[in-house]
Amino acid sequence: MAQITLIEAVTQALAYEMAHDDSVVVLGEDVGVNGGVFRATQGLQEKFGELRVLDTPLDETTIAGVTVGLAVQGMKPVAEAQFEGFIYPMMEQIACHAARMRNRTRGRLTVPAVWRAPWGGGIRAPEHHSEANEHLFTNIPGLRVVMPSSPARAYGLLLAAIRDPDPVMFFEPKRIYRQYKEEVPDDGEALPLDVCFVLRDGTDVTLVTWGAQVKEALEAADALAADGISAEVIDVATLTPLDFDTIAESVQKTGRCVIVHEAPKTAGFGAEIAARVAEECLYDLLAPVERVTGFDTHIPLFRLEMKYLPSVERVVDAAKRTLAAS
Amino acid sequence: MTIAAKFEIEYLQYLDAEGKQVRDDLPEFAKDLGHMVELYKLMLSTRVFDAKSIALQRTGKLGTYASCLGHEAAHVGIGSAMRPEDVYAPSYREYGAQLYRGVQPREVYMYWGGDERGNDYQKEPARHDFAWSVPIATQCLHAAGSALAFKIRGEKRVAVCTIGDGGSSKGDFYGAINIAGAQNLPLVAVIVNNQWAISVPRKIQSGAPTLAQKGIAAGLFSIQVDGNDIIAVRKAMEDALERARSGQGGSVLELVTYRLGDHTTADDARRYRGEQEVKDGWNKEPMKRLRNWLVAKKVWDDAKEEAWKAECDEWMDNEVNAYLETRTQPVSAMFDYTFAEIPADLAKQRDYVLSLENKGH
Repeated sequence: MAQITLIEAVTQALAYEMAHDDSVVVLGEDVGVNGGVFRATQGLQEKFGELRVLDTPLDETTIAGVTVGLAVQGMKPVAEAQFEGFIYPMMEQIACHAARMRNRTRGRLTVPAVWRAPWGGGIRAPEHHSEANEHLFTNIPGLRVVMPSSPARAYGLLLAAIRDPDPVMFFEPKRIYRQYKEEVPDDGEALPLDVCFVLRDGTDVTLVTWGAQVKEALEAADALAADGISAEVIDVATLTPLDFDTIAESVQKTGRCVIVHEAPKTAGFGAEIAARVAEECLYDLLAPVERVTGFDTHIPLFRLEMKYLPSVERVVDAAKRTLAAS
Repeated sequence: MTIAAKFEIEYLQYLDAEGKQVRDDLPEFAKDLGHMVELYKLMLSTRVFDAKSIALQRTGKLGTYASCLGHEAAHVGIGSAMRPEDVYAPSYREYGAQLYRGVQPREVYMYWGGDERGNDYQKEPARHDFAWSVPIATQCLHAAGSALAFKIRGEKRVAVCTIGDGGSSKGDFYGAINIAGAQNLPLVAVIVNNQWAISVPRKIQSGAPTLAQKGIAAGLFSIQVDGNDIIAVRKAMEDALERARSGQGGSVLELVTYRLGDHTTADDARRYRGEQEVKDGWNKEPMKRLRNWLVAKKVWDDAKEEAWKAECDEWMDNEVNAYLETRTQPVSAMFDYTFAEIPADLAKQRDYVLSLENKGH
């Protein structure tokens, strides 16, 4: 079986679903002949034709609104936002129509669509190409916000997102697009949405994260283990609707919680998790909740960006602070 | 001098403001006087419906309502030209088109009366149309996406969207006609130019002498139409739908009309426009000219008018009663349609609200 990268897993999932469901179409800028700027749609237009893999005019509003129209007519569009920094013009269509169409028509019209976007920093990209803005979407009712952190989860979660009857934002951590390979059988098996994945069991501290930071969290867990500290690592995967039960169960066991994310700290999605921990697990806590995040600044251009992104050292320090507290 | 491209915008009119025919080449449908009477009757029922809606709002039985007074020819012309299998994406005041396609007045009342079920149109073909779209011009892209779906599936259906003169300033409108031109989509984008976007007049929206010519930029067939002349509207729509259906591409129609009422019941147009202008608007309104034309053809008279108005009153009274008798949705309804299946996390919030209900909060 072939070993593939995260970006190849995205392509594999798209190809699988397009081959098995005629209503699946891909649209966006450069998704056709060019196969997308990251090559996520490589070879799809050759296989499925120009209408099902459609190069759109260069207008994000058009892509988002046309996606809503396609979905209401029973297609399953997978739209690509070329970079998450260009997603803002799409937000009106996503918030005002895609996410609320089912509700405002009492279920008469629905939008089974996926918006894919390469997400986050760390690839030495130009300005507006490194944003982490998932928290702008987690506050929108009726919308799923999903972020894979490995090739296998990219494949399984993208299949689930396309098959889901409601709109899904699918943020792909571009820093780990080609970071490593793993075996991903092309068997069409989806992974569950609305579920957090416990990637590593531990007893002393819970590290909660998603997307590219899963790598830092796992490396931090290794470093902590070397010091005799047992860290549990949770990949949130579906941010909303949140599977808080899995997080609560872990925090009740460890009594300590470190949340790691790339987006700015204030009102980032970590704030929601911290609030929920306070609401539901306060008396289980042995130490204050820690957040290791980007800062409340714009992500710097690439000479400084690694100073902005949460590092293994920052995660380890935070975990050790929770242990020092009790 | 080398000319790179050349274009012109035709203005289409059959009946002048008094109902005098200004050209002899009447389209086929207009030679069927029985059908023309039906169109007139729907225009009249739309006007009766609109007056009833405003009365409901003024007596506290409806929330804010957007009137369609003066748009009857434009809206009925659009709705009557479409086939059932086509798809309509309106903004929020095109009742004449929607009643033709099966939207019930009680559904309009429910929507403006604070109940989402008003968007759940029960009758075909309205049942497969889009719901009212308040964010200006966003619905144009839903029509373009629908047209793309029809093209992908090889269906001979057309998507129609309407916007106002203000809506034609938005990027969503341009995005829709632009992709329709690039992909040869069966889209008919209709600008109902009623001269006012709340308090902002047409001339502030654009320096272009016609709004129709915006379609030229997208490579679409584009025409300006007397939007108070239902024969012209219906003819332009039929031609546009036929071109789209037969794969000859999309169109932009500018229907020139006048908003005789306020923007909505929350607006007071006296703040920004003069009486004379409104008087001129009434002189050109769409009902009078068609009535004069039908009376001259001896297929309509005062007795018929009174009888039909009485029927409309009865119809609307029934609709109003049905609306007023509609019970408020259970509180759980605000959760039940957020997702296909309620996620566990959201179910906890629903259960909390239900527990408050049970305590009588």
